Amino acid sequence: MTPENDLIISPRLAKNFRRNLVERLIEFGLLCSGIVAIFITLAIVYVLVSEAIPFFEYVSIIEFLTDTVWTPNYSIKHYGILPLVSGTLTTTGIALIVAVPLGTITAIYLSEFASHKVREIIKPILELLVGVPTVVFGYFALMLVTPMLQKIYPDLTTFNMLGPGIVMGIMIVPYIASLAEDSMRAVPMSMREGAYAMGATRFQTAIRVITPAAISGIVAAYILAISRAVGETMIVAIAAGQQPNFTFNPVESAATITSYIVSVALGDLEHGGIGYQSIFAAGLTLLLMTLLINILGHMVRKKYAERY
Amino acid sequence: MATQKKAANGKDLDFIRRIITKHKRYDFMFASLGTLVIASLTITLLVLFLDLVIEGYPRFNLDFFSNFPSRRAARAGILSAWIGSSLVLLVTFFVAVPLGISAGVYLEEYAKKNWFSDLIEINVSNLAGVPSIIYGLLALGLFVYSFGLGQSILTAGLTLALLMLPIVIVSTREAIRAIPVHIREAAYAVGATKWQVCHNHVIQYSYGGILTGVIIGMARAIGETAPVITIGALTFIAFLPPSPIGLEPPFINFEWLNSGFTVLPIQMFNWISRPQHAFHINAAATGAVIIMLTLVMNGFAIKLRYNIRKKIKW
Amino acid sequence: MVKNNTKNKIEHDEIIKAESKNLNFFYADGTQALNNVTLPVYENKITALIGPSGCGKSTFLRCFNRMHDLYPGNRYDGQIFLQPDNTNILLPGVDPIEVRMRISMVFQKPNPFPKSIYENVAYGLRVRGESNKRRLDEKVEEALKGASLWNEVKDRLQDLAFNLSGGQQQRLCIARALATEPEIMLFDEPTSALDPIATMNIEELMSELKQKLSILIVTHNMQQAARISDYTAYMYLGKLVEFDATNQIFTNPSKKETEDYITGKFG
Repeated sequence: MTPENDLIISPRLAKNFRRNLVERLIEFGLLCSGIVAIFITLAIVYVLVSEAIPFFEYVSIIEFLTDTVWTPNYSIKHYGILPLVSGTLTTTGIALIVAVPLGTITAIYLSEFASHKVREIIKPILELLVGVPTVVFGYFALMLVTPMLQKIYPDLTTFNMLGPGIVMGIMIVPYIASLAEDSMRAVPMSMREGAYAMGATRFQTAIRVITPAAISGIVAAYILAISRAVGETMIVAIAAGQQPNFTFNPVESAATITSYIVSVALGDLEHGGIGYQSIFAAGLTLLLMTLLINILGHMVRKKYAERY
Repeated sequence: MATQKKAANGKDLDFIRRIITKHKRYDFMFASLGTLVIASLTITLLVLFLDLVIEGYPRFNLDFFSNFPSRRAARAGILSAWIGSSLVLLVTFFVAVPLGISAGVYLEEYAKKNWFSDLIEINVSNLAGVPSIIYGLLALGLFVYSFGLGQSILTAGLTLALLMLPIVIVSTREAIRAIPVHIREAAYAVGATKWQVCHNHVIQYSYGGILTGVIIGMARAIGETAPVITIGALTFIAFLPPSPIGLEPPFINFEWLNSGFTVLPIQMFNWISRPQHAFHINAAATGAVIIMLTLVMNGFAIKLRYNIRKKIKW
Repeated sequence: MVKNNTKNKIEHDEIIKAESKNLNFFYADGTQALNNVTLPVYENKITALIGPSGCGKSTFLRCFNRMHDLYPGNRYDGQIFLQPDNTNILLPGVDPIEVRMRISMVFQKPNPFPKSIYENVAYGLRVRGESNKRRLDEKVEEALKGASLWNEVKDRLQDLAFNLSGGQQQRLCIARALATEPEIMLFDEPTSALDPIATMNIEELMSELKQKLSILIVTHNMQQAARISDYTAYMYLGKLVEFDATNQIFTNPSKKETEDYITGKFG
């Protein structure tokens, strides 16, 4: 029979305090781990900004953004970030010229042409390439690629932007290939069947049907590649020389934002000095650049995402 | 009548055949191009590896592994470097793995779908795209100076742990997502609490996927140079950090955490930056060691993932 | 609604083990899946829920062990009383874990854990803190016997559960649910993924089990309901259309909708 007061809970069914407490504590502990990601982001922003602020009190933003000489550690001090940015952009540009065609061709081939066995072998190879440390690529750039380039163009200096740019491109190819290929394989078979049924070849299907359908993923892959190239440090630190040089000429040596930070860190850093703060200003610039690139990538992906 | 066949719609059959042949030619050309590109990439990987081995060959002896760096290239070895790498990675592992798995479990099993969990997710994917040198700057400002941990193994370990964290979180989440709903429901139906379901079932079943991510993360940490340079790892050290295991009680000490150190990739960077060719040989040998380590670890992780995919029988 | 079986209820001498009263259920997106369902589950009897796809019978079943709690956003409205506690188990103050320890469930597709046969059955006991090996062994054997599986697996208790056939896996899931000595067992289309012989085994099993506990079973197979259940409820679009003794419903249903469904004119 139903009780008059239907809010009575028998003791056998009531909540167990101790067990609940343990569960809550565990959940709280796990939550703290989850929050760490937020803390890291906040910490990065905090550290970069707080160390860069004294720098910008000393150096005006205008000078920072427009001066074409960067010599914070010399006796005559200039604080223009443009040479570092030009170095970054040039090496990234060369890397993209190499990586985008190679990566896209690889992706299309793997997705539309290659047999299952070939894919099973090549995909792991691409993953292994991703795992090669960048110091090793830097060695490669300096000791193998530059000498090879010097055979073609004997006037090439030992330190230049072409060698590291090309090697960066090779390093990035697996990123583009992997992501673009995943995106292409996500296109449903029904679309392919429709094209083949009309008598199209694999190449035609790949170019006319699959690539447009997967374009958001492909472009996202390119943007990730740009982000990766902009943030790359060791290859340029080893092979491009470490002299800031405002130029877009690939045969010259130059420094990038990242190689500058490394070159300063290798020396003696006087904590709180202008040289110390300059690396944070440079880092802040780098962070903003990569952030913008990532946001751009996110927006592009959302805008062009295909719903199947 | 026999010389000119026409298709039903009046078009010249020969004309169509020519077009098909032309398209097939393009098809073939692209397939060849693709094969060429992939072959070049594979060859590049091989050339890279072989070049290091061949160039560094003179140094492949036991002395190389048991000597300190020295001004004489022939006598310089990587003792301080590989011990430094091992100790740093020890710290990295014990920080990144529990933290990463806990965060992954929280996001998949506990977090409600609200703005807060979205925020965490956005942060994790953002952090995966931050250049590694920025982690170095973070560590320099925060760990070295603000926290006062100095330019030590502890700092380096923590920095690399931060780098490794997004990888561990993402692979934990993907491994957990692969567990079908009905197994979870069966566990709850028997009266298990959320935590019991997590640690008796979820974590046990996603073990392999998590391990794959951890191995890939550690392989990456071995090769990371930029952030470790930034926090001030020394490039020429002729001493070893104090050993964690001693002969007298309490047998385990933590002084090594505060010590100066160097790691393998930095040693390689240091040697390649010198003009003398003899040091370049050392750099090549070190590079061969590093690349062998990363290739083996990544290869193992790939094989592990392959095995898991084959074995799953839900 | 239960209007016209009141006289039947009074005639029977049945003890109510659990009953839902005016139960409504809303999914997270707002759809109402159950509409004012009032239904008794009699002790030591098998009650079957039948009806076309989407009528809410599985949803109703899952309310009994608070399964919907796992998915945020779901909302119960109404009561389910469990006897002898005389408590509405849908109250927020009631611990779903406690409910599930007394009301267990067997699912549609056999879902043993990727563990050994022994561990599958023992899990429910471990969750209750039982760690004594001898007691665990005893209870596991008892449960496997109760599920008519003991003879087939007694020599390979450490084998992986996945190595069993579909029918054996489902009996293993029944053993797992039995190990904790539940008062009510919920079966969600337990034989729909099994072959006829395995189905027969499980139906026989259920007839034995009802001597010890009460059973609520969802089935889309009307012949199964007619074979094994004592009471049957016909549901449609989230409402209870008719509830009566099984032989009554299948030979002389009170409502036309019930008759249409049972004779196959509909659904």
